[in-house]
Amino acid sequence: MGMSTYSAFSLFREALSGHKGWERVWRDPEPKPEYDVIVVGGGGHGLATAYYLAKNHGIHNVAVLEKGWLGGGNTGRNTTIIRSNYMIDGNTHFYEWSLKLWEGLSQDLNFNAMVSQRGQLNLVSTPAQWDAAARRGNVMRACGIDAELLSREEVRTIVPYLDYSGNARFPVLGALWQARAGTARHDAVAWGFARAADKRGVDIIQNCEVLGFARDGDAVTGVATTRGVIKAKKVGLAVAGHTGHLAEKAGLRLPIESHKLQAFVSEGIKPFIDHVIGWGAHHFYISQSDKGGLVYGGDLDGYNSYAQRGNLPIIEDVAQAACALIPSIRNLRMVRHWAGIMDMTMDGSPIIDKTPVPGLYLNGGWCYGGFKATPASGWCFAHTIARDEPHAFNAKLRFDRFRRGVHIDEKGMGPNPALH
Amino acid sequence: MLIIHCPLCGPRADKEFTYGGDANRTRPSDDADEAAWYDYVFLRDNPKGWHIEFWQHAQGCRAWLKVERHTVTHEIRKVTACRNGRNG
Repeated sequence: MGMSTYSAFSLFREALSGHKGWERVWRDPEPKPEYDVIVVGGGGHGLATAYYLAKNHGIHNVAVLEKGWLGGGNTGRNTTIIRSNYMIDGNTHFYEWSLKLWEGLSQDLNFNAMVSQRGQLNLVSTPAQWDAAARRGNVMRACGIDAELLSREEVRTIVPYLDYSGNARFPVLGALWQARAGTARHDAVAWGFARAADKRGVDIIQNCEVLGFARDGDAVTGVATTRGVIKAKKVGLAVAGHTGHLAEKAGLRLPIESHKLQAFVSEGIKPFIDHVIGWGAHHFYISQSDKGGLVYGGDLDGYNSYAQRGNLPIIEDVAQAACALIPSIRNLRMVRHWAGIMDMTMDGSPIIDKTPVPGLYLNGGWCYGGFKATPASGWCFAHTIARDEPHAFNAKLRFDRFRRGVHIDEKGMGPNPALH
Repeated sequence: MLIIHCPLCGPRADKEFTYGGDANRTRPSDDADEAAWYDYVFLRDNPKGWHIEFWQHAQGCRAWLKVERHTVTHEIRKVTACRNGRNG
């Protein structure tokens, strides 16, 4: 510990001394034999959980176990979009709380998460989509969240480069606009939470894969890892993508299928796309990174998979959407594509809850919503672990909601994970 | 690209098929209790490894197939045609 605070002054001081005085950002401790809480998964969610356990609940004897390196899973594989345009009770206030935490995150962590509230346009292409966008916007405004329904001409003044011609396959009729939405630097989120948690005494242990659970009767009393058995009073899973795989080792079957979702980056160009654009006609979203590459994505590949790579049909499908919506990028080259593994739940919404196994807590089922949820997910999961009951913001994101019939089905697709 | 060897049409690209999910589940009888229906509708084994799953050759012969596919390598080792659609 003893890491210095980042400031303009520290940057200036280091600039004068050749940047030789920077300390390492978090420690690399050996695992202790026992912790109060072990969080499995060193992505944004797990690290945020550890940070808020220490900050909000005074629980500092915490370890985060990561099988690879921090943020090497879905935290480093998403398209970095943050927003809170959710309509179904249970999601709406949760995601808005997350956006509020994003707004103060860099200051709170003393680490630049590069939160950029550039605004998001959700384009509307049919009269039915217009009605749905109006309804969604009204729900958001009734809940105190910013939303504005824009006409075709208003959209045109903001993003004049879309295809507004008579030949457009799906005409742009308008958009639902959230000005406070935007992007954040995904790696910095993992690193910022890691540094801030480490400062509060949390042990961050990389290259430590959890292989199974230590049990005492029904209860989970620790984890078996590639670095030996580590005991804990409570174990929290934050391993979205692999939740089913790990929960199975604790004897749990989940309302989850693992699917892969691809993302793409074009070659870098000068500033062109100043906002986040989402398009429901063809499920497509795009923004531009600070390095200049266009970052975009679309649908899931559509079948169960744990392979972190995508297949050609979706590459073609997403490229067609990009060219149809923004004809001027037709000659840009795609330079990289990859896939992340999504926990797709039966209603498209996440789970933050206790499990039927004593001592085991679950944070997963993030579907498409994981990155934007990072701060609130950690906030609520820490509360659930510390107090043994959910926070008001995750009171509906329960494990047993499918059994009780109280789904949170934002897209209205029913128990068909590939379609959420 | 997955190549699925349809027993009726031969090797075809996955774009011609519609995914039908886990084929190991058995539909409970109509008068089964709620727990059996909850299990059938919502819970999945979701294995990391070999997975037996339904695919329909929707843009071909329209037959439902049972496909044994690896969820990490995507290798397909067995494809059979179902006699009763998604009931096997």
